[in-house]
Parts: sequence; C-alpha cells; structure tokens
Amino acid sequence: MTAPLLSVADLSVELPRWGRWFPAVNGVSFTLKRGETVALAGESGCGKSLLARALIGLPPESARVSGAVAWEGRRLLGLPEKEWERLRGARIGTLFQEPGAALDPVRTVGDQIGEAIRLHARMSAAEARRRAVDRLREVSLPDPESAVDEYPHRLSGGQKQRVGLAIALAADPALLIADEPTTALDATVAAEVLELLARLRRSRGLTLLLISHDLGLVARESDRVLVLYAGRIVEEGPTAEIFRSARHPYTRGLLACRPRLDIDGGSRGRFPAIPGTVPDLFERVEEGCAFAPRCPERFTPCDRSRPPLFTDGGVGVRCFLYEGSGSGSDRDRRAS
Amino acid sequence: MNGEPALFEANGLVKVYPVRRGLFGAAAGHIRAVDGVSLAIARGETLGLVGESGSGKSTTGRLLLRLEEPTKGEMRFDGEDWTALSGRRLRKKRRDIQMVFQDPQSSLHPLLRVGDQIAEPLRVQRMAGGRALAERVAALLTEVGLSPFAADRYPSEFSGGQRQRVAIARALATRPKLLVCDEPVSALDVSVAAQILNLLADLRERTGMAGLFISHDLAVVSRVADRVAVFYCGRIVEEGRAADVAASPLHPYTVALLAAATEGSRARGLVLSGEPPSRVAPPSGCAFHPRCPIARPRCRVETPPLDAKPGGRAAACFYAGELSPRSGSSPPV
Repeated sequence: MTAPLLSVADLSVELPRWGRWFPAVNGVSFTLKRGETVALAGESGCGKSLLARALIGLPPESARVSGAVAWEGRRLLGLPEKEWERLRGARIGTLFQEPGAALDPVRTVGDQIGEAIRLHARMSAAEARRRAVDRLREVSLPDPESAVDEYPHRLSGGQKQRVGLAIALAADPALLIADEPTTALDATVAAEVLELLARLRRSRGLTLLLISHDLGLVARESDRVLVLYAGRIVEEGPTAEIFRSARHPYTRGLLACRPRLDIDGGSRGRFPAIPGTVPDLFERVEEGCAFAPRCPERFTPCDRSRPPLFTDGGVGVRCFLYEGSGSGSDRDRRAS
Repeated sequence: MNGEPALFEANGLVKVYPVRRGLFGAAAGHIRAVDGVSLAIARGETLGLVGESGSGKSTTGRLLLRLEEPTKGEMRFDGEDWTALSGRRLRKKRRDIQMVFQDPQSSLHPLLRVGDQIAEPLRVQRMAGGRALAERVAALLTEVGLSPFAADRYPSEFSGGQRQRVAIARALATRPKLLVCDEPVSALDVSVAAQILNLLADLRERTGMAGLFISHDLAVVSRVADRVAVFYCGRIVEEGRAADVAASPLHPYTVALLAAATEGSRARGLVLSGEPPSRVAPPSGCAFHPRCPIARPRCRVETPPLDAKPGGRAAACFYAGELSPRSGSSPPV
C-alpha cells in the first residue's frame, strides 16, 4: 500500500468581486498515482490553470484557497514559502504553454538549466554545465554541446519548449505539471514534443498532470481524464472508457463537436454544436447544475440542486441522469 | 473546371519581404513569404489553405484581398484583372470580396455600436441609407443568429463567439461573391467554434458565395472546404479534394500533418524530426527535405514542381504517394 503521489481533496479557489467570493475552482478532489498521466481537460475559464497554480502553491494574490492537498501523504496547503520552494522544482516540475515564458532572455540556456540543478543539489559550476548538456541531450535538442551556450532568442518555439522541459526536469522531479505544453506550437512540432514527453514518462517513470483544452491530445496521451466545467469535475475516469462512451452531456457534446479526420475523413457537414457559451465566473447559475442552461438533456432536478458525483461503470459523473445507476458519493450529496 | 471560368484565379504569386538588421538598418536579406502560388476558386466553391505558422497561407490571403501587393504574379477576379484595378474601381469592386479574421476582439472597434460597424461597409459602398440601412442591419444580425437588438450594444458586451458572429455579419453586409476567412475559429473554444463553422456552412448554402478558408488545422479545413491546398515554406505542396487529401495524402508533409491530427489509438503515426526551416535561408532543393523521412539525394538539389496527379490532384514531391499514413511510424528511441 503506497500513498498516492499527490492527493487533492475538496480544493476550492475563490476570487473576490463586488465584496463576495466566487469559486473559480469548486470542490475538486482527485489523486495522482505514481507513473500515471492524468489529463485535466476543459474549455477556457473552466478553472484548469488556476487549479494547477493552486497545486504548486502559486495562486493569484487575491485568491482564497481551501481544501487539502497532500504530497506523499504530507499536507501541503499552508506550507511556509521556504518549503514550497524546495518542493517546487525538486519534486514538482512545471511546463507552461508559452515556449520560453520560463526562460530568462539575457542568460544562456546552460546557465539556466545549471541554476535549476544547483538549486537542489550541491555541485561545481563545471559539473552543473556538464549535466545541463546531458539534460539537453535527453530532450533531443540538436547539437547540445553548443546549444548550452546559446541565448533563448536564438531558439525556435519547439526548441524553447524542449529547453523549458530540460529546466523543469533539472532536479529530477517525480511529478511534471504541463499546462497546454503544445498549444502554441505548430502541429508537426507539437507532435515531436508530445512524443518526447511520452518517452520521458517511460524512461523516468514520471507522473504527469497534463492540462489541455485539446481532447484529441488528451485521448492520445493520458491514462485518466478529469473533465472540468465551470470549476467542477463533471466527469472522471479511464481515458479509454470516457472516449469510448462519455457519460456527461457536456463531455459528449465536446467530443461530438470536434472535427475529426480519422472518423469522418474530411466529410463536410454540420457539427453537433453545444448551444450557448461557457458561463463567465461571475454570471454562473447559483442553483442547480452549471451546465443545465446549455444541456440538451436538462430535466426537473437539474435546476433544483447541484448534482453530486455519481458512479457509472468505473466513471464518475456529475449528472442526475446517472442517479441510482451506481453509488453516489455521500460526501457530495448535500442538496436535494 | 468544366470550362466555366473561375471566380478567382491567381497565377505565380510571389511576395518578397526585405529583412532588415536593426530598426532602420539596410536590408540584410529577404524572405520569399509566398513563392510561386497559383490557385483557382470556382463560383460557390470553398478552397481551404492549410499550413503551419510562416508557411505563407495568410500572406496569400492578404494578397488575394489586395491588402498587400504581390511582388510578382497575376490575379483575376470575377472576369476582371484584379491586380490592375485601382482607385475608385478597386474600392467599388471590394464589396465583392470580404473578410473575417481570427480575433474579433481586434477587428471590431470597441467604442462603436455593433450596428454602426455592420452598417459601415454599406455606407462606404453607398449601398443603403436611412431606414433601409437599419432594416438591413437587423436582417444581417438575424442571419448570423443574433438578436436585432444587438445593434445598439458594444462589442465588449458580447462573448468571443458572438463577436465573431458580428464580424461575419459585417463581412456579409455587401453580399460578397467571395468570403475570405483567416483562422476564424482559432481563438474560440471548441464548443463555440463548432457553432461558427455551422453558421459559415449555412451561409454558404443560402447565399452560394465562394470561400477561401485559411487555417492551421487540417481537420477543420477538411470539414468546411471542397478543395484544400497544403502550404509549406511559401509554396503549395499538395492540392486536391478535401476528402481525398484527408483519406490518402500524397506529400510526406501532408502525411505528417494528418498523423498529428489523428487520435484513434495511442500508437503514433509519422512524427517528424526537426522544425520548419528558416525562411531567410531556406534549404536547397525541396524545402521539406531536411525533415522528410523519404528524402533522397535528388531532393537536396532539385525543387519538385506541383505536378498534376490522377483524380484532379496535385503534389510537389518526386516520390508522391510513397509514404502512406499507415506505414509511417516513428523509429524507436
């Protein structure tokens, strides 16, 4: 029995406005087991990036965070900043959407990887440089011996993302949080970076929390998926099962409205679109299911109370259609 | 195309930009952003341009709109020499070719009412005024799925998808014969993007207008276009009916694009190595050869022309069709 690498229980991140608190992330619970890749999927404004920032102890200043986050069974929320710093980088690496956002433009690539390595392990500058070259080789940057002395602006987007990955992995973290790691890249370059991530996952036994709006990428790269809508997990389960047969009307709608080459092979026609738009944080419905206003299957209970997480064939789904199909989680069942 | 003249035709378009060193420095080289592109769009047809950033697809779109002048090449639009038109005649003809851009946030004026912005092209073109103008604006808003009352509101009061509807209404105002859309859904969420693509399909059916649809996303292009042209490094490397190109790509680059867009199983298709080349100093021969899994010595020296293939298709590759989407698999690492 080993404790999960990361466990999150009832995590909420609230933002203030008009003298009130609005939950951008609302009672999210999940665990990450060692070596697995979990995808956090959702459209813009669903709270996925805010959730990631809360996980690494860097929520926006104005935010109020509650709930419990534990690393290998040790409680993280409320940890002093000093200890957070040790954990970030050493145990949790992060990779963001914008290639080079994490890179300092006036220092060489080798300097920056070396610094990340020496932050968490004592060694000479020469040794750090040697390891930086190794890291660059690991992320398949062409010509690592000379790339180590380059400045970031000399690199292409894909190369910067590789260097970002080298920095994120510098101190051999157990968990990598990648927030839209390929969204800013061209399709064929993104495919190269994803293949690299998959290889590193295998070779290092890395645990990956992959945040993405791109369901195609999620289907291909993850073991489990958490679908977020308006700050809540609306569906969670094994990726293969959810893509085979999604339960929540939102997940089904999202899957149906994507143009896919492998299914319709370029056939023309209408997409089954989801009507309406993702609700703004400050305009969400207070009662009932947040998806109800857009839902084609809306029925009486949806407007009355918030659906708890029901289970259906190993999949958790926050929708009244599945009431009685398995066992609803009691913790969640408050309204009626 | 059945002998009927195309609505739009471009021949040998070239656009060269100087590259300067420093802010006011002398030209240090040049980029051939568009390097010999020819295309035709029939009446009522939608042509898709697909390619990655810097491939020249958007510059081609801007040349077609005459937002920029080509360095070389000819264009004919609706029976006229489009490159030669100028002054009043050009302004008048512009009503027949309209555009929708990626970011409605920046293409709409934040301080003007939506109704006034939709009316603008009609006023400029002196196509309507007074009561008729207001009625036309209301009809356009209804046509794109918005309430006629939206005319009195400002862009900031709308969501991204609704703003894109406003931009489409404005583009439709003059009843254009050709609508150019440059990444019209790239800034939108998937669920909203689907609505906009459906709207464009409906409009096309209702109005019979032709379209040029530019996108980095092959899956999206295949869904809305009759034919697609795949861009790489300023050139068209493959062209054909959208369904054919998606089902059996001929150019190795299209095979890789397709593999990147296909999910199915977790098995990866063809994954390239390396990145799109520098546009200032492009590779010799075929620009794709440094990344191409089937490149041979000839590809380093000669530039393959866009040759016609059976079934109304074309590909710029000496070994077109050799790499199939199924056979492509990345080497073990």
